Amino acid sequence: MIRVTLPTHLRTLAQVNGAVELAVAEPVTQRAILDALEAAYPMLRGTIRDMATQERRPFIRFFACGEDLSHESADEPVPAEVTAGTQPFRIIGAMAGG
Amino acid sequence: MSEVRVLVGTRKGAFILRSDEQRKDWTVEGPLFPGWEIYHITGTPSDPNRLYVSQSGGWFGQVIQRSDDGGKTWETVSNAFTYDGVPGTHQWYDGTQHPWEFTRVWHIEPSPTNADSIYAGVEDAALFHSNDGGRSWRELSGLRDVKSNLWQPGAGGMCLHTIVLTPDNPDRIFVAISAAGAFRTDDGGVTWRSVNQGLNSGNELPDAEAEVGHCVHSITMHPSRPNILFMQKHWDVMRSDNAGDSWHEVSGNLPSDFGFPIGVHAHEPNTIYVVPITSDSHHFPPDGKLRVYRSRSGGNEWEALTEGLPQHDCYVNVFRNALAVDKLDSCGIYFGTTGGQVYVSADSGDHWMPIVHDLPPVLSVEVQILS
Repeated sequence: MIRVTLPTHLRTLAQVNGAVELAVAEPVTQRAILDALEAAYPMLRGTIRDMATQERRPFIRFFACGEDLSHESADEPVPAEVTAGTQPFRIIGAMAGG
Repeated sequence: MSEVRVLVGTRKGAFILRSDEQRKDWTVEGPLFPGWEIYHITGTPSDPNRLYVSQSGGWFGQVIQRSDDGGKTWETVSNAFTYDGVPGTHQWYDGTQHPWEFTRVWHIEPSPTNADSIYAGVEDAALFHSNDGGRSWRELSGLRDVKSNLWQPGAGGMCLHTIVLTPDNPDRIFVAISAAGAFRTDDGGVTWRSVNQGLNSGNELPDAEAEVGHCVHSITMHPSRPNILFMQKHWDVMRSDNAGDSWHEVSGNLPSDFGFPIGVHAHEPNTIYVVPITSDSHHFPPDGKLRVYRSRSGGNEWEALTEGLPQHDCYVNVFRNALAVDKLDSCGIYFGTTGGQVYVSADSGDHWMPIVHDLPPVLSVEVQILS
């Protein structure tokens, strides 16, 4: 199972506590994870990816295994530890403001 | 005894204020949706416990929720505001063309007779309709046929912020856009025309009397006189006696005719309210005095309403959707400020009191009377 962590506002919106677990067929990519996440939690549609373009929203970032994956291709496989479920795929609200 | 329920949208969540018809003692519930910008939370006239809320933010975009139990529980409905076709471009601040981009829902206007029929005004400016309680949305894209390449954003963005439905004539709708102007449909939203004749924007437009481009801040109508409209423009308070076909200025003796909201008394269709703001560059009341101005003559002659409002060192603003009027026999007037105060007058504006002092900046105020 893929583990995904969400920022506070989206945990509240999805009515979940802690990480969510998703079954995602391999190859596991960012797009596949987000598709599975939105299928399980439809209220998150449009909050992580733009509703029209399906591009990552500007103030959203994706982290995993200590790396920033925000600018990786949505169709590239994510790190093996994420696929194995030993590390979470972290969805982050970008730091902004003073 | 009726219950009064005030729905307040703020920069950091929504609040529900409750009282009885005396409107003296209040309870404050919230924040709902904490941390989100609540541009509008409103109730449905035909089903008062059906509420709709627009929650948005720069990080996570737009969410629409609805409640069927007066705000006790909420469910997300569709946030798929997809423009019809390729929306093209509009004018940017510097006069160049800029792509149309959806940002947020500014205003939700339910039908007076059907709780499932609701309109949403969005930024970049467009009007959407849902006939299934928000589960799906369809743009009424004929609006953008009216010279939309010449529309431009105001300071708050290019937003469709005002939707006025016409009693007994569901085919006639008025909308207002900053900075494009006022528009009217007479066929339920299929085709639209600009209704800006008489507006003068010499400080903002190269052609002061252009067909579109005017920064209209809000419009109101008394339901008993659907052909008479009142408008607070960027500068100037205006009136139309022919459903927007032409406008004339009624600013009269106001200390400033710049402002955002405008409201009409529930039982006196010629009594209107504005909150003058110093200027477009000074978004606070003249002389540090928070004054609501009332005209009992449909404009031109205005009186300052000050009792209970701060009359020194007050530098808040009142946004366009942040003034509301109730329908009790002794008409109540409500408004919220950027300083987080929500004020009420239970006597048509003669006396005011704060309901709450320290909310986040108030974006919208609506009031419901529950029997």
